[in-house]
Amino acid sequence: MAAITITKDNFEQEVLKSDVPVLVDFWASWCGPCRMVSPIVEEIADQAEGFKVGKVNVDEEDEIAMQFGIMSIPTLLVFKDGEVANKSVGVASKEQILALL
Amino acid sequence: MSDAIQKDIIIIGAGPAGMTAAIYGQRAGKSTLMIEAKAYGGKIINTPDIENYPGFEHISGFEYAQKLYNQATALGAELVYATATGIEKLDEHRFIVHTTSGDFEGRAVIVATGAKSRALGLAREADLIGRGISYCATCDGMFFRKKDVAVQGGGDTAFEDAAFLANYCNKVYIIHRRDAFTADEVHVAKLKDRDNVEFILNTAVTGLIGEERLEAVELTDKVTGEKRTLPVSGLFVAIGQAPDNAAFDNVLSLDEKGYVVASEECLTGTDGVYVAGDCRKKKVHQLTTAAADGAVSALAAVSGMK
Repeated sequence: MAAITITKDNFEQEVLKSDVPVLVDFWASWCGPCRMVSPIVEEIADQAEGFKVGKVNVDEEDEIAMQFGIMSIPTLLVFKDGEVANKSVGVASKEQILALL
Repeated sequence: MSDAIQKDIIIIGAGPAGMTAAIYGQRAGKSTLMIEAKAYGGKIINTPDIENYPGFEHISGFEYAQKLYNQATALGAELVYATATGIEKLDEHRFIVHTTSGDFEGRAVIVATGAKSRALGLAREADLIGRGISYCATCDGMFFRKKDVAVQGGGDTAFEDAAFLANYCNKVYIIHRRDAFTADEVHVAKLKDRDNVEFILNTAVTGLIGEERLEAVELTDKVTGEKRTLPVSGLFVAIGQAPDNAAFDNVLSLDEKGYVVASEECLTGTDGVYVAGDCRKKKVHQLTTAAADGAVSALAAVSGMK
């Protein structure tokens, strides 16, 4: 499954109320490190089993970014049962990202 | 025989130096494998606009890294994501590179590990990354829109960071340990007259204040020893680079800062082991010199195999 584009309209349904853990990638088009991480996140999304993957564009969805105190991108958050269960800031390898889940 | 994957040249690090070495190695008919711990491209991906690479008036670091990667892999270079943990010399033309994803055997090894942003080394610094502490102004600056921030450092990176932040932030303090900046005159002049930029000299950040996120920094005047608190939401650390080659000190000679001591020919003193890019001790750490080292080291490795 491809990564879901998360907006303030579907955030609650797709992330907070999800039955499975959700890996959320906070990114922006002008951020070089984010663009390095994006293909890895997409690859993880394509192979995801037992969890799902979402992406938040911080330029368009600054409310979500602010709500979770995002002050550095890329930031990856793992949500479990509506709560932030894990976090990684900066460029990370596929192994490191999978370890968050 | 070991059961490790075998290549002619094992390159540790897929930044501009490592990827250039792969291009030259492949073009000389040798098989190359790059071992990369994070993302290919290295530090250059943090640079939004490169303006000093010959032949390109403007190119983003991301785009440059991607082009280099495409060029190297199209020639047959391979890349694995793993952290190299050691180099073992079997004989002059056989080396094992140990990594977190197994062993790789090469007839030559090029160390192109680059350098990372140096941390201040203060308590809670790691905890506050992404909560006010940043090493990349262009990545994180916009989260500090209309806020007060500080940049620690006095070199070109500190001034580039401050110039970028001054466009978004209410106030930017540039804090430097010495009484004069090492940055280009042009950089300093540009910021001197900006209303929202203030220089604080002879001063170091000696403490980080804030629980959930950074709220202030403790400053210490290097001359008087006096301490004071400066309220800021963000601290951008730009105090230079630190290499990380300790795992390879059995085959490399390192200077007191951890840079690899080698000749301009990228020879390390251990036959078959070469060094390229920002991890090598040298005066000019630039994209062009990283690429140059990549070429020089790969050609040295190739001629060493004959």
